[in-house]
Amino acid sequence: MRPPAERLSVPPLAQRLFSWRRVGGMLLRYLYLYKNSWTRLVELLYWPAMQMILWGLITKYLLTTTSVLAQAAGLLIAAVLLWDVLFRGQLGVFTLFMEEMYARNMGHLFISPLKPYEMATALVLMSLLRTLASFGGSGLLAWALYHYSVFDMGLPLLAFFLNLVVFGWGLGLIVCGMLLRYGFAAESLAWGAPFALAPLCGIYYPVATLPPWLQPVAWAMPASHVFEGMRALLLEHTFRYDLLFNAIALNVLYLAVGLGVFLAVFGVARRRGLLLQAGE
Amino acid sequence: MIPPPALTPDAQPSGSASSAPPDIQVEHLRKEFGDVVAVADVSFAVARGSTTALLGGNGAGKTTTLTLLVGLLLPTSGRITVLGQDMLRHRDRVLPRLNYSSPYVDLPHRLTVRDNLTVFGHLYGLKDLRARIERLAEELSFARFLKRPFGNLSAGQKTRVALAKALLNDPQVLLMDEPTASLDPDIADTVRAYLLAYQRRTGATLLLASHNMTEVERICSDVLMLREGQLVDQGTPQALIARYGRETLEDVFIDIARRRSADDDGDGDAAQPQRKAAP
Repeated sequence: MRPPAERLSVPPLAQRLFSWRRVGGMLLRYLYLYKNSWTRLVELLYWPAMQMILWGLITKYLLTTTSVLAQAAGLLIAAVLLWDVLFRGQLGVFTLFMEEMYARNMGHLFISPLKPYEMATALVLMSLLRTLASFGGSGLLAWALYHYSVFDMGLPLLAFFLNLVVFGWGLGLIVCGMLLRYGFAAESLAWGAPFALAPLCGIYYPVATLPPWLQPVAWAMPASHVFEGMRALLLEHTFRYDLLFNAIALNVLYLAVGLGVFLAVFGVARRRGLLLQAGE
Repeated sequence: MIPPPALTPDAQPSGSASSAPPDIQVEHLRKEFGDVVAVADVSFAVARGSTTALLGGNGAGKTTTLTLLVGLLLPTSGRITVLGQDMLRHRDRVLPRLNYSSPYVDLPHRLTVRDNLTVFGHLYGLKDLRARIERLAEELSFARFLKRPFGNLSAGQKTRVALAKALLNDPQVLLMDEPTASLDPDIADTVRAYLLAYQRRTGATLLLASHNMTEVERICSDVLMLREGQLVDQGTPQALIARYGRETLEDVFIDIARRRSADDDGDGDAAQPQRKAAP
């Protein structure tokens, strides 16, 4: 029998509140998933590569006819690459979350000391790794096929990349909340979310192209500031700090909203018993 | 076959008599899902170091009660204390010393058995994880499946791995929902023996929901009977059998499920359960 002194040794508060070991455990869980599934590894590169090939060829053709592209040949390719950062950032968060739902593993995870925000941390870190792999792979492909190096943008590229991936995290966490709340009924919405925003983000055209009433909505997206910044860099060779700071400020807001929704839905899930029914 | 670490399969359950405060204390627990009352004003205590069964028919509220106890579900009202801590306020203090197994949750199928246990070892912050996993794999006879994906295991093998996951952190309180469901009698017997051995060795408190009355009679020192979300009776298996004037716990279960109380004289109407013939 246990002696009374062993009744409950409470871990220190800091360890209870946040543990990198638990985050590491979740990262391991996702890395093991890739280790045991070559199809998931291929998926990391397949779509970005297809997009890159398609838009690279379009660019090659338009270069002969379009004056804007003649000024900056990499405009479309850079836009494709950076759009994919946002898309992969969001996808990386919610597809891994769905893996837990498919596996009916939520019950096990949340009777362990794992906190929902530790899970969110693991999801965004894995999303970063996945996005870096996709972006790096398709960036190298663009260089090999079209002799265009997106990496020539230098440090601004890092700013664009981080802002877009963080925006993807915010969206991804909101989508995770919807998946947990509504189950796989929300899956098609989850896949389609970034495409619904794409016309507003000024990926391939300036925000000014949009109808005036829609432009304020576009400026409320961090991605619009990033893509305007990208065009300013490639066409005017200037780095727009104002756009960067706007994107950062909006991203702080979106990430906070995303995390807030994610954590709030966990509370709803515990009231409604959704953690055990996840997926149904 | 699972080696019996400190117990033969014929070993008897330990008694619940203990002067220590209960490891689980539930007061006026209630859970509503819209108009449906799944658990209605349930109060009970589970003695430290005891093995207690939560019995009841389908929809009686057993699984809901267990998930409320581990905090996967929040109660509508009531109070749950586990290991002296309020589970609604200080769940994070208890979770490292508690574990749960249930057929309603699964482990990732793509991950190997070792990978799955390694992940949970990290979530519980365990040291000497490799040695711990290998010891459990030896004791529960799945060492040769450690490199196999969890999804490729048979139902019996999966149950043993799930049990290993539930024992990975040496829990002081272990909650189990139908721990031997889907197991053949041989494996079910060895799992019961292992659980009893674990309980004896560590003094852990075990609370299990089961439909297997033989299992309950064999390993449980106390029984809580639920019907329609309410606790309708409790006691040792022997006391309940005597109180209802029956021969087995299964007869008592049927009596309670069919709303016959211990005070009825048993000569009742057609609605009364048939008394089972003695074996």
